[in-house]
Amino acid sequence: MTEPTGATRGGGGTAPASDDPPSDTSPADASAVPFAERSAWQLLRRSTVFVVSGGAIAVLLVMAVRPALFAGWFGHGDPRSCNLDHSAQGPAPGHPFGFDTQGCDLYANVVHGAGASMGIGLLATGCSLALALLLGCLSGMAGRVVDSVIARLTDVFLGFPFLLGAIVVLSSVTTRDIPTVAGVLALFGWPPMTRVVRASVRSAREADHVVMARSMGAGTGWVVRRHILPHILTPVIVLASITVGSVVVAEAGLTFLGVGMQAPAISWGLQLATAQNSFEAHPHLLLFPGLFLSLTVFALIAFGDSVRDALNPRTR
Amino acid sequence: MADHENGDARAARSASRPRDDGGPGPVLEVEELSVELLRPGAAAQLVVEQVSFTLHEGETLALIGESGSGKSLTAMAVLGLLPENVRAHGSVRYRGTDLLTLSDDALRARRGKHLATVFQDSLSALNPTLTVGFQIAEVLRVHRGLSRRAARAAAVDLLGRVRIPDPARRYGDHPHQFSGGMRQRAMIAMAVALGPDVLIADEPTTALDVTVQAQIMELLEELCAEHRSALLLITHDLGLAAGTADRVALMYAGRIVEQAPAVRLYERPAHPYTRGLLNAVPSLDAPVGGLVPVPGTPPAPGAFPDGCVFHPRCPSARDRCATQRPALEPGADGRTAACHYPLDPQEAPRA
Repeated sequence: MTEPTGATRGGGGTAPASDDPPSDTSPADASAVPFAERSAWQLLRRSTVFVVSGGAIAVLLVMAVRPALFAGWFGHGDPRSCNLDHSAQGPAPGHPFGFDTQGCDLYANVVHGAGASMGIGLLATGCSLALALLLGCLSGMAGRVVDSVIARLTDVFLGFPFLLGAIVVLSSVTTRDIPTVAGVLALFGWPPMTRVVRASVRSAREADHVVMARSMGAGTGWVVRRHILPHILTPVIVLASITVGSVVVAEAGLTFLGVGMQAPAISWGLQLATAQNSFEAHPHLLLFPGLFLSLTVFALIAFGDSVRDALNPRTR
Repeated sequence: MADHENGDARAARSASRPRDDGGPGPVLEVEELSVELLRPGAAAQLVVEQVSFTLHEGETLALIGESGSGKSLTAMAVLGLLPENVRAHGSVRYRGTDLLTLSDDALRARRGKHLATVFQDSLSALNPTLTVGFQIAEVLRVHRGLSRRAARAAAVDLLGRVRIPDPARRYGDHPHQFSGGMRQRAMIAMAVALGPDVLIADEPTTALDVTVQAQIMELLEELCAEHRSALLLITHDLGLAAGTADRVALMYAGRIVEQAPAVRLYERPAHPYTRGLLNAVPSLDAPVGGLVPVPGTPPAPGAFPDGCVFHPRCPSARDRCATQRPALEPGADGRTAACHYPLDPQEAPRA
């Protein structure tokens, strides 16, 4: 059999001498972080993609929660203080991104737009993830009937074209703020996640250590919490971070089409939507929100990829 | 199988039962246990057929068979841990209660407490993300509702009892930090944590080297004796079974073909398959090159031959063997064998 690193030589002899603990790992750090996670974390810390994308996401999160920290850098931090005299003017001193059509500082607006995008991205992903974990575990652990009902339900939702479905639902609601848009995106976002969770639960369920736990009398709830959820963490983390990226794009797309966020709100999608009428004359209106949007999505997807690479033993 | 043969088999068992009842009453009675593989859109495939055996308190029964003979499925069926597409019929009575008819919850309450298991591959049977100690404590927390701290103390104690040096420190190690033998010990600690009446060890030493094997078997025997646990030892290793088991049941193609007290089975096998297996085991006194393999290959599940399942490979097969399935006939000295032409126990083919 293969002896993993850190195992003692020789096997478990009765003589204590042959069972000497490995000297290279001290018990303290061994119990702090499990082996698999520890080496994955070491790998991640050395990965440039992970560090850069993780850093970018951290900055964007701070920007979403506290836009004022960034917006005021050039002296004009209020996105609502506008002067129509400057309508759609290009970059000027104190206004690095220029002005939008209403004459408001574009930089401050772009910074404030992060809140809507990240908020909707995280909220929608969180909701669909919660639903997917619930339905996926139920479907993976329960009997055939429950499983097929959930699987068919998933199929039905997967059958809707995502964009079309979201447009139909969103155009029938009157207020379209962050929670409603996020809710609609979650409504169409859970099925692929549920599939991944269900498949992972199914394969984890047959793992030897799960059968072992069951043979020791552990109940379904215990098995799911202690043995299955930790096992399926990897695909779920990866899928979630990539989903946040696609939800951010979807939000911008829906808003651009006029069924997402509504005018007094500040969002990248809205900024792009207003820019479309005049982007030949004023390309900066399109450029800056578009740049932030693309960078956000890129960072999220790169983050997910690097986590997957680090956690997947086959791509190490 | 024809009805009259069923009757024969039953008669055979009831005839042999009084002899089994030498010690205290049976803790586990498996009767006519069949396991079948359900296949969507096809007939179910029988992989274990009419297996019966009895385990008494403190007794060790070795269930021996080649890969695919159904020995592990039999064990999983006893525990009610069969995969979704596999069904078991018959009865598995633990102190009179049929486990196959119990609800999931009732069965779960017995698993680990009354019936515990030691698996073959300790590296994959232990959760790699949890510490060994935590996993032992887990058993105590699930069944006894112990607090984290009390379970920890009990788990450290158990690790010490399976002779893991410095148990308090090793409690926090992950499975990969243990050697193979120590992992197996940890699994045994988990299995005996609640003093089960029946311990099922599914190839407990296959992944270990020979010296460690002996120590593990010793430990298993010792702990079973301490708790008066019955041990169902599942193995393909005739030598291992010889050293440990009180009785041996030999499985071939999903059926028990011979069951006998260990000493008699090794000295004078009645079934040609048993003799074939014994002839294929290397021994120190036998001349080099003296091994005689059993000709042919074991049948795949679902392609079990008609008549006696062993007849295509049997040196003493006759016409009748190809058509008529032999029942487990009780023979002399507490053995049963499913063979139309059993070897004469007197002529001692091998000492």
